[in-house]
Amino acid sequence: MQHENLVGMIRKSAHEVFETMLDLALTDGEAAFGQAAPSPIDGVVSIIGLAGRWVGTGAFSVSTDGARMIASRMLMQEYSAVDDDVLDALGEITNMIIGNVKTSLEEEYGPMGLSIPTVVYGHNFTTRSVGRNEWIVVPFLCQGASMEVHLCLVQGAESHHSARQTAILSMQ
Amino acid sequence: MALDVLIVDDSAAIRKILHRVLVQADVPLGRVVEAGDGVEALAKLKGEKVGLILSDINMPNMDGLQLLNAIKADNAVKDIPVLMVTTEGGSSKVMEAVNLGAAGYVRKPFTAEQIKEKLAGII
Repeated sequence: MQHENLVGMIRKSAHEVFETMLDLALTDGEAAFGQAAPSPIDGVVSIIGLAGRWVGTGAFSVSTDGARMIASRMLMQEYSAVDDDVLDALGEITNMIIGNVKTSLEEEYGPMGLSIPTVVYGHNFTTRSVGRNEWIVVPFLCQGASMEVHLCLVQGAESHHSARQTAILSMQ
Repeated sequence: MALDVLIVDDSAAIRKILHRVLVQADVPLGRVVEAGDGVEALAKLKGEKVGLILSDINMPNMDGLQLLNAIKADNAVKDIPVLMVTTEGGSSKVMEAVNLGAAGYVRKPFTAEQIKEKLAGII
C-alpha cells in the first residue's frame, strides 16, 4: 500500500467532509511518515479502529478552539466550551473522514470494518499504539486552526495481534 | 399531512443535523423521535407510529442492518420506509441494505439536497 495513495485518500476525504458538512475549505500541510509518538496535545483526539485484510487505527486531532469552531459550524450554534455536543461532533467528523478512506480502501482490499469512535479531551496528553507500526500524519489548516489526520495500517495476516491492540493514552 | 419521523444514529450531532435537514427539505414534519441504536429504535417503534425512519448502520448494541432486518420481519412496522444514512459506502453494505428492503441509501457526508432528492422518491 503506497503512502502517497493513502495521503491522497485522506486529503480527498477530509476536504469532502469539511466542504459538505461545514462549508469550510481546508489548506493542506505536508504529510509526514514515521514511528515517533505524536507530540503532547492540548485539545481533542478522536480515535477509530479499522479491521479487515488490513487492520489499524485512524485518528483526528485538533486544538480546543478548533474543536469548538468545528462543532459550532456543524451544529449551527456557538460553543464556548468543549462539552458532549462538541465531542460528539468531532467523533462524527472522524467517522466520516476515516469511513470514506475505508470505502476507498475496500475497492482494492475487500470489506473492512469500522469501530465506534472514541473521543478524548484533555491537556498535555499523548496518544500511541502498542507496536512499531508506521503512522501517516496528514496536517490541515482551517480558519486558523491546525488539525491532523493520523492513519496506521498493517496487513492483518502479518500482524494478527495488532487488530486487538488499542490506543493507549498516557497522561504526562 | 404531517409526517412523524424516527431518526436512529448513535451520534447526537447527526440526529440534530438530520432533523434540521428535514426542515430544510420542506418535509411536512410532525413529531421527530430519536434513538441512539437499533435496540432503542425498536423500543420506540412499539410506542410511536412513524411514517419514515432514517437510520445509520454502524451503531452499538444493534446496528442499522440488524434493525432493518427486524423491522422487515415485523408486520406492524414492515411497511415503514427506511432510508439508510451512513459512512458505510462500500458496495457490499449498500447491496445488503437494499436486499433487506431499505428504501434508499445516502452516504455521509451528505447535503440537504441529497436527502431531499432521496426522500422525494420515498414519501
